[in-house]
Amino acid sequence: MSNIEFVRTEMLPEKEPPASTVGPIGWMRENLFNGIWNSIITVLFVLAIVWTVLSLLGWGIQPTWNAKSLSECREIIAATGYTGHSGACWGVINDRWLQLLYGFYPLDANLLSAVSGASAAEILADPRAHVATPIVMILGYWRLNLAIILLFVGLAPVLIERAPRKLLIVTVLFPFIDVWLMWGGSIWGPAMAFVGFVLGYFAFKILAPIAGTLIAVIMSAVVPIIWWLFLSGSAASIFAGSPIDLTLEPVSSRQFGGFFLSISIGVVAILGSLPLGIVLALGRQSDLFIVKALCVGFIEFIRGVPLITLLFVANNLLNIFMPPGTNFDVILRVMIMVTLFAAAYMAEVVRGGLAALPKGQYEAADALGLDYWKAQRLIIMPQALKISIPGIVSTFIGVFKDTTLVSIISLMDPIGLSNAIRANQEWNGIVWELYAFIALLFFVVCFSMSRYSMFLERKLQTGHK
Amino acid sequence: MTTLTDPPRESFRLSMLIYDTRYRSLTIQVVALIGFMALAAWLVSNTANNLADLGKEPSFAFLNEPASYDINQRLIEYTSRDSHWRAAGVGLLNTLLVAVLGCITATILGVVIGVLRLSNNWLVAKIMTVYVEMFRNVPVLLWIVFTMAILIETLPAPRAFRGDNPEASMLLGDSVAVTNRGVYIPEILFSRSLGNVDFFGFFNVSLDLIAIGAVLIAGILISKLITRRANVIQAATGDRPVTWYKRLGVICIPTLLVLWILGYHLGYPELKGFNFSGGTHLRNSLIALWLALSVYTAAFIAEIVRAGIMSVSKGQSEAASALGLSSRRTMNLVILPQALRVIIPPMISNYLNLTKNSSLAIAVGYMDITGTLGGITMNQTGRELESILLLMLIYLTISLSISAVMNWYNNSVKLVER
Repeated sequence: MSNIEFVRTEMLPEKEPPASTVGPIGWMRENLFNGIWNSIITVLFVLAIVWTVLSLLGWGIQPTWNAKSLSECREIIAATGYTGHSGACWGVINDRWLQLLYGFYPLDANLLSAVSGASAAEILADPRAHVATPIVMILGYWRLNLAIILLFVGLAPVLIERAPRKLLIVTVLFPFIDVWLMWGGSIWGPAMAFVGFVLGYFAFKILAPIAGTLIAVIMSAVVPIIWWLFLSGSAASIFAGSPIDLTLEPVSSRQFGGFFLSISIGVVAILGSLPLGIVLALGRQSDLFIVKALCVGFIEFIRGVPLITLLFVANNLLNIFMPPGTNFDVILRVMIMVTLFAAAYMAEVVRGGLAALPKGQYEAADALGLDYWKAQRLIIMPQALKISIPGIVSTFIGVFKDTTLVSIISLMDPIGLSNAIRANQEWNGIVWELYAFIALLFFVVCFSMSRYSMFLERKLQTGHK
Repeated sequence: MTTLTDPPRESFRLSMLIYDTRYRSLTIQVVALIGFMALAAWLVSNTANNLADLGKEPSFAFLNEPASYDINQRLIEYTSRDSHWRAAGVGLLNTLLVAVLGCITATILGVVIGVLRLSNNWLVAKIMTVYVEMFRNVPVLLWIVFTMAILIETLPAPRAFRGDNPEASMLLGDSVAVTNRGVYIPEILFSRSLGNVDFFGFFNVSLDLIAIGAVLIAGILISKLITRRANVIQAATGDRPVTWYKRLGVICIPTLLVLWILGYHLGYPELKGFNFSGGTHLRNSLIALWLALSVYTAAFIAEIVRAGIMSVSKGQSEAASALGLSSRRTMNLVILPQALRVIIPPMISNYLNLTKNSSLAIAVGYMDITGTLGGITMNQTGRELESILLLMLIYLTISLSISAVMNWYNNSVKLVER
């Protein structure tokens, strides 16, 4: 008998995994059809999605982009033989999107007439009849566009690590240039306001070695205030007569509107609320009883009332609180109130970050012999702010969304404008297209902010999680 | 020989107020206080001057004058001859109504969505993510006006219910009518009613509701006692008696009995002429505000719930199943109590936000406290200062009460550390 024993001497080659566990099919079995219930739910959801998308597309894909009124839209839709409930009338967006973005801000008709050859009066009557729409948007509103570009350039060195450091000059200057671009008038007004800050900086630099930090801090606040109250006005008027005077046509606040108004209120509130919120949070954590009581009172009061009541204050009461005869701009008043509102929320977010820091960090700072401000600046704040990034950004998003409330005190933000457009004879009855457009504007901005905050959080992650 | 000498006595110098840390905090506080008082005095004197110029003496007497405007959605009796006080009271109740309704539905919706976002079905999780991002990144005011538009534009008009072959029909066995003028639901009636009890001449509360409420609360308390007794038995013997039917019984049977004694029946809405009559009319403004606030806040609550559940480490549920607990009891006894600790504090601030956001009612014409006191009353009487002060005070009271109650609850479920 021959020996039939057999021992394999080499490994069998690996087999491919079964087709049902890898690739798209495996993924679907794993994530969509694992179990009978999941399969039923998946099928139902797919049907619901398909139905929603199809009906939205049926509604949305309509050749109505060039319609001039709702009735014309209806005629166009009827001509296509569309049988659904109603079709979208995109003509209103085509007609009004510049207004929804820029409000009633005056066009630079002279520039447009120089470009097109039509006279300024013709341009003002119907700009888009004479100039291509993108050019109307870019050149007609160049002041606002430039202000936005400067804002982004100024924020770049703060937000992006690799941006050139020299851009910090823009960061310092853009608030003043933007005010000048938006409201117009002589450049010397904002310039003199800027000089106040420069004076404060030098007062601190010069006095700090001579008289100590505290006096230097106080003087760096007092000197600019004296400058602004008593000297800057006359200085500006002296310079205004000089040959190097850049003057833009002044624009009143009532002409501000559209998404641009939301952005400007939002940006002011965001930029103002962070430092104010940090100061309030430090005050709330402070050992000084009176300072703490004032901060707690302010924060709890602001957080206890709705923003709309604060806007009522801005609209109706702020002028009563000021010395008789003062009458300052309604947009400025709203900006102040929204900033204060955001600052109270910011203070609570930052306080959360401060409270989350281990006590050892404070003690280590003390052990190194750092004084209060140095400890805050070098040890506490960098960590506390890093912890609170998600909260800070969601406060930013919240404030930006809350700027829509100004429509209730009849400022022309996108929602206020949508009401005005719907009251218009041509577009009476339009609903969804306008709201969808506005929602899209806000969604893009808020969603980008939240994604940036997630990116930042990951980048700054140094812990061992 | 050495002697201990006292350190040289420092005499107090004025500069020590700034440079000596012992005194500096005092200096800063005094300066802050003086600054604050100066600011306050400046504001008050400005206000006094301005009001004197306008000839408006600050006084709350205007609240006693007749309001002379109508409020269509109201919980208590009100006519346009009533005072501004009463109008404000109606508004306050409306605010509380929409806040309570909104908090309840937002919580239910938010918990469902938050749990579904953790679903192992990829499609469901993604759809819920889309929901959350969609609602969180668009202003709530837009959602409110959008919901209002949906109600007005897409629902059938009451006349669509008329005729032999109507375009629209009532739901739930002809008891609920959903129209573009609002939703008509059956109203609760008692044929052997106990009558009303008058509170300070300000509002009437039906004794029937009080009786039902009392019986319900008593039932719930007894059911708690039964649970406690079951716990004691379980601790002593290890066996847990089955109690659910007893608990259901002590809550339901007395309540049903009271309802029968009072002669409970429903009053259905009916189409009369061009509109519905009978039943309770929930106006569009209320429904739009309620729905929009609920779906908006639910997106935030969903994120909180998700974070709370994810914060409970996996080891906890594994330990529970190692102990042999069923999945329901694992959820009830292990996961939820720990997740709730993370969930409750942010939930409080979301309830507060919802209550404050209800002030946007003014955009859809729902007459809440902002619409009455801060809207028509203020514009009619021109008493901006008093109206806004009172309005802020009321909101502050509501906010502080909600946070006090919720903080008390939070403390009762908080982890007690030794």
